[in-house]
Amino acid sequence: MIERVLRRAGWGVATLAGVYVVTFVMVIVVPGNPFASGDRTMPPEVVRAMEARYHMDNTWLYFWEYLGGAVRLDFGPSFQYRDWTCTQIIGEALPVSVALGLLAILIAVMVGVPIGVLSAVRRNSWFDGATLAMVLLGISLPTFVTGSFLLILFALSLQILPIGGWGSLSHLPLPAITLSLPFMAYIVRLTRVSMLDALGGDFVRTALAKGLPRRRVVWDHALRVAFLPVLSYIGPAAAQAMTGSFVVEKVFNVPGLGQHFVDSALNLDRGLILGTVLIYAAILIVFNLLVDVVYVLADPRSRSVAL
Amino acid sequence: MVDNSATTVSCATTVSCTTAIPCTTTISYKRRVWRRFRTHRRGMFGLAMIVVLVGVAMTAPLIAGNVPILCHYQGAWQAPGVVDCLRRFPILDRVIPPSYPFSKAGFDAKEALSEDDFSLWPPVAYGPSETTRVSLAGPSKRHWLGTDEVGRDVFSRMVHGTVVSVQVGIVSMGIAGVLGIFFGAIAGYFGRWVDAVVSRVIEIVICFPDFFLILTVMVWLEPNITNVMVVIGLTRWTGIARYTRGEFLRLKEMDFVVAARANGAGAARIVLRHLLPNALAPILVTISFGVAQAILIEAGLSWLGFGVQPPAPSWGNLLRSAYDHYRDAPHLVYPPCIAIFLAVLAHNLVGDSLRDAIDPRVHATGKVKV
Repeated sequence: MIERVLRRAGWGVATLAGVYVVTFVMVIVVPGNPFASGDRTMPPEVVRAMEARYHMDNTWLYFWEYLGGAVRLDFGPSFQYRDWTCTQIIGEALPVSVALGLLAILIAVMVGVPIGVLSAVRRNSWFDGATLAMVLLGISLPTFVTGSFLLILFALSLQILPIGGWGSLSHLPLPAITLSLPFMAYIVRLTRVSMLDALGGDFVRTALAKGLPRRRVVWDHALRVAFLPVLSYIGPAAAQAMTGSFVVEKVFNVPGLGQHFVDSALNLDRGLILGTVLIYAAILIVFNLLVDVVYVLADPRSRSVAL
Repeated sequence: MVDNSATTVSCATTVSCTTAIPCTTTISYKRRVWRRFRTHRRGMFGLAMIVVLVGVAMTAPLIAGNVPILCHYQGAWQAPGVVDCLRRFPILDRVIPPSYPFSKAGFDAKEALSEDDFSLWPPVAYGPSETTRVSLAGPSKRHWLGTDEVGRDVFSRMVHGTVVSVQVGIVSMGIAGVLGIFFGAIAGYFGRWVDAVVSRVIEIVICFPDFFLILTVMVWLEPNITNVMVVIGLTRWTGIARYTRGEFLRLKEMDFVVAARANGAGAARIVLRHLLPNALAPILVTISFGVAQAILIEAGLSWLGFGVQPPAPSWGNLLRSAYDHYRDAPHLVYPPCIAIFLAVLAHNLVGDSLRDAIDPRVHATGKVKV
């Protein structure tokens, strides 16, 4: 078990290294000078001095220096926000995105799984039909539409929640719900399908034949098996939600990490590009690893299979 | 598993049946999937919507445009609308010359054609970039969905915006499909180190956020819609590759593949003739969901202002400008919202039904009794 986790972790580090190399090459290959673009134009000697300071004249040195710093979570100075280091910028934005993302995933699981189970148990009923309609709505509506709709309804018409921004608890519900909707729809669908599968299994028949109450068979025996595919979905989904959705942040004016993905790419802010991509990849890898471990703990059958 | 083996029998008999074996099943796998798919009303509805969508995209200038479909102008018959329509396709634009003088900049066909000249106009006789004097007007007989802030006909812009969404779906998933099937096939068929390498590459690719890659490439190359489609294709192939790999791993152990190999079939023949046709249906499911995703991504990019650049119309940027004028003309918000929703919904419905048609286990009724 421990050996397996260590091997997976080793692969994770290797993947992260691969991500670093690929991103670095992309950042170097993209033409344009981050100091030449932008509002402030600088005299050539200043540009040269800046380039020397950020080791832009020596790609190899920059590669190793940045890597050395990144290992210690020091992503160097930002080109775009002159007085900030990338670590400070990420340190400000990441907790916002993580809070929002965790809440969104929590909502998605807490609401999605029970609905999925119920619609599987009462398949082909009106409840199942209504669930299907909601799922299709959740999957097919872009977040900028659902987000704006919620904004118009709760902030402009009913005026019970603030229009946008960040800082108090009342700022949380709207973006969190908006972010959770697509994940929720997917979880409902996944739970329903795997629950139908589990309910057809022999162990369910046995449990019912033994005379166990139906409620216990469904929520305890069958769900335990049916939750596994949902579990492996939650890993990447949580990582995605926690690293910030640019669209949701834009709609609700949330100062999260998503905007930095976009701004850094548009401004050729090398340090910040590398930093945000590495953070995203690291969170994704860690969550996949976590889910793998939990999966093995939850499903005794998978213990004999090599991870 | 029972159903899978039944599938294999029919495939073996239809694909590589020799006369020595009596063929008991006559319906091929593909046809059986199609038969089951046809019984899904939702799937057929989705398919119908996709057909309509593609039809609208292909004939956009004939539905809404500022040149007549057919007319008698200065003693000669001309079909500028049809020419416009055909010239939007890749090769035809080199073969067919533009219709003079209708294609000339500043030429107003409505004024040039007199009452006596015969002319057949599109149902909405406004081009997507043609401005009129009425701005932010409500729906009327002349402008079916009203006009936008500079007096352009919204219906016409919606119709021409369809082209972008359809193109995004086809181009990005075309690229993703080719890449995904290729890498998934070699990983699944050859296994060993090829599989290991491909799996690592996939793990690295999924570590990149889509938006970041798309924006970086747009900074790198010029920001146009073709680049967006290519980048979506380049990032979205991993799911298809994983599916293809899984299917190939499952199928290659089956008897009909072993039989083909025993008959001396090479790797290329086994992959292309035996494995791929059997794996195609599940791959189509992922592609179908992929198109839905691609349409959503493009709409999001255009909504943010990174995708299709105005004045060129796309559903995303139509929605953006509708937001900006929400107080004056709230009715402009609905058409792009509904169009995006329906397009994405259609592909999701088709994907869902196709999956059920492939795996009748889920579809079978009366099996679950709880």
